[in-house]
Amino acid sequence: MAEPAPHSPPNASDYRRWFFKGVVACVSIPALILMSAFVGFAGLAREAGITLPQAVFMVGVVWALPAKVVLIGAILAGSSLPAAAFAVALSSVRLTPMVVVLVPELRTEKTRPWVLYLLSQFVAVTSWVLAMERLREVPRDMRTAWYAGLGGTLVGVNMLVVTVMYVVAGSLSPTLSAALLMLTPIYFLTSLWGSARESASHFAMIFGLVLGPVFHVLLPGFDLLAAGVIGGVGAFLIHRLRKGKGAPS
Amino acid sequence: MTFDALDTWWWPYLFILIAGWFATNAWRFLGVYLGGRLREDTDALVMVRALATALVAAVIGNLIVFPSGALAAAPMALRMFAAAAGFATYLLVRKSVVAGILAAEAVLITGLYLIGFDG
Repeated sequence: MAEPAPHSPPNASDYRRWFFKGVVACVSIPALILMSAFVGFAGLAREAGITLPQAVFMVGVVWALPAKVVLIGAILAGSSLPAAAFAVALSSVRLTPMVVVLVPELRTEKTRPWVLYLLSQFVAVTSWVLAMERLREVPRDMRTAWYAGLGGTLVGVNMLVVTVMYVVAGSLSPTLSAALLMLTPIYFLTSLWGSARESASHFAMIFGLVLGPVFHVLLPGFDLLAAGVIGGVGAFLIHRLRKGKGAPS
Repeated sequence: MTFDALDTWWWPYLFILIAGWFATNAWRFLGVYLGGRLREDTDALVMVRALATALVAAVIGNLIVFPSGALAAAPMALRMFAAAAGFATYLLVRKSVVAGILAAEAVLITGLYLIGFDG
């Protein structure tokens, strides 16, 4: 670990060097898995009737993949703008605790708030996991530069992946198109289960999987909200009941 | 006001900005604002995570049961079987996402090949 000499103030070339190390840190298994998920996203967006510029715009401004998949789900269901925004917001609350955990690691006393607000745009599961793993190895005053390199590269590369795959998707055979469209559900089926911290999230996942299609038929347009709220609250209550039995305190 | 409510070029982008950018970044900005003041294990956060998980899972369920495009033409039983096989493989192979994806895709592609999907 190359800690810079404590007395020399960091200069522009130090920032560039650590920015570049952040860029290189993208070469990793989580980033590869994420790229395969964006390959699936490109197919999904195309099938939903979203244009290529709109899909790439979505990658740039929303970034978090679950939020985009919910957004496309809402567009497919013909949801109104408030209903779509509400569903996306519900799916993204987890970003707050993630940022809350990350910010103290990134910040020094001298870090300007706008830098942190700007960098928070890059927070989604993959960059967050990579950052939490590797930030320790980065000198504290270089961490914002390093994370800008990491987050910016992940976003840029996946905008490119979506562009290429969106174009390619049109010329695939039906079997390969079907396989492409299967990537998104199977990616989340596995990664969502793995990222669950407590049994409540596992119950929530099972409830959501079943209730989504059920409410798709019963309450078209509000299926995601209904499944999310009923499944989520139900899972939370089960979690509370089980906790109550296990630990009498 | 749905995604294709207005026949202008900018409406879909505004829709994405409000329902996508604003709806996600409000939480990110709140996270920066709260800094280190929030604890990870409070009941409120468990509830929030459960809600978010159920919502995303609902989308996943819909993508498998009511897919669009070429996947919609694949038999429902095959789609569910492929997803189940992928998930089972994921659990068996030390929770490897890569193994799960490969297994699901292998089952789906083999199944589609066997029923002569490409005609």
